[in-house]
Amino acid sequence: MDSPASPALQRQVASLYQAESRRVLATLIRLLGDFDLAEEALQDAFIAAMEQWPRDGIPEQPRAWLVSTGRFKAIDTLRRRARFDASQEEIARRLEKDVPPPGEEEELEDDRLRLIFTCCHPALPADARVALTLREVCDLTTEEIASAYLVATPTMAQRIVRAKNKIRQAGIPYQVPERQELNERLDSVLQVIYLVFNEGYFASSGENLTRPDLSREAIRLGALLVELLPESEARGLLALMLLIEARRPARLDHQGDLILLEDQDRSLWDQELIQQGTALVERALGEGRFGAYTLQAAIAAVHGEAASADQTDWPQIVGLYDVLLRTSPSPVIELNRAVAVAMRDGWEAGLKLVDELLADGQLDGYLPARAARADLLRRLGRHQDALRVYQEALTLSRQGAERRLLEKRVAELSSATPSSL
Amino acid sequence: MKYLCLVYCEEEKLHGLPESPEDAECEAYCETVEASGQLVAAEALEPVNTAVTVRMHQGTTSVTDGPFAETKEQLAGFYLIDARDLNQAIQLAARIPAARVGCVEVRPVRQLQP
Repeated sequence: MDSPASPALQRQVASLYQAESRRVLATLIRLLGDFDLAEEALQDAFIAAMEQWPRDGIPEQPRAWLVSTGRFKAIDTLRRRARFDASQEEIARRLEKDVPPPGEEEELEDDRLRLIFTCCHPALPADARVALTLREVCDLTTEEIASAYLVATPTMAQRIVRAKNKIRQAGIPYQVPERQELNERLDSVLQVIYLVFNEGYFASSGENLTRPDLSREAIRLGALLVELLPESEARGLLALMLLIEARRPARLDHQGDLILLEDQDRSLWDQELIQQGTALVERALGEGRFGAYTLQAAIAAVHGEAASADQTDWPQIVGLYDVLLRTSPSPVIELNRAVAVAMRDGWEAGLKLVDELLADGQLDGYLPARAARADLLRRLGRHQDALRVYQEALTLSRQGAERRLLEKRVAELSSATPSSL
Repeated sequence: MKYLCLVYCEEEKLHGLPESPEDAECEAYCETVEASGQLVAAEALEPVNTAVTVRMHQGTTSVTDGPFAETKEQLAGFYLIDARDLNQAIQLAARIPAARVGCVEVRPVRQLQP
């Protein structure tokens, strides 16, 4: 007779699930060659643990036990299916024959990387990469992911099913890419992590500006990646996220409205995160093979060490933007550089650059470009022009807190300028 | 004999009319049948916009948004399952053998608010 699991054992199994379930899943996917079968096997292995451990005690190596039990359970499952679908028997037999060698620790850690690289495979659509990574690597439920992205649960579920079908049908391999394609594939992983972070920090729609849970997941994921694959850019991305996250306590006022960087109470910044982030940037820069994330992190670190906007080392920031533009040219980075130039050389110089960028047309629908232009006009005392551009910016706004900040500026300027219409 | 009693209703009427049932009343009735030893399982469902329809044709799972709507297909059975999330429920639904020839509508159970 099985004795029922005591509450203490149930707690132990629950914390084991938290700590180990993703590792076990990652290995099972490799051994079984199928996401769905591996997920079922993981579930079955934990159920078996709850049945057997009260009687036999917790095994010495619970993770190895769970992997091996999961594998046997999957073979059982295939055998049951084989009674009605002969093709399953062959798979069961093959799995049974390929007894995995007791996994080396290194190989098992690689499984987690394989899982990350597969979920972030460039053949999958970007939104599916994010969904799959959050579900399979971070263990969020479909419902949680859907609510974080303000998407209906059935839509999110569909996205995940299609991504898994694609992995199966397109034969996307379950492996860590070879050295020669590592950089490109790593970019895709970093991009997914940064997308998750940004959605948590600058929610793209909805009334709430931030979803800290998503940012926390992204930071955890970034740290895991650095642990598994100590590449400079992975370090740079983690540094960038930590340095931005450090400002979170100072970002919103009591009404939940946005406070711009220069107006933030910097005593609220999280010094521990700033130190961690700065140390990571310095290390990444020292390794010499860094890219855009590390450079952005370096810029964030310069802000992090400044006591106020005025005391910021703007020449250094402009210099870092110059390097960044050489490695990854983009109109958005040019815009940020223009704002830094305004801080270094004066509003007029900044406005000239912003106007050139807007004339180019590439930033037409990009709200921060309008907002920056309006802001520079306001600082130059050209209130009528500023008012008009803030109103243009408002038509582009999809986010509550962002909209309220623009409306506040419009209200300030409308009351300050005598009506001249 | 076991019998399955299926509740059909226009969603807006279910909660919108003076004679529409309150959750507490549904719960109370459920308890009566349970006390009589005749209840196997009873649940309320979330609205139809939470539904997905799952098919497993030629070994591939496909999911469409929304309820099943093919009038030729008739209700043939049911599973009440406990899954971690909607995707796990879809995995189980896709393996229901009839999903190979028909489809399975998956709907979250609604927590009654007494």
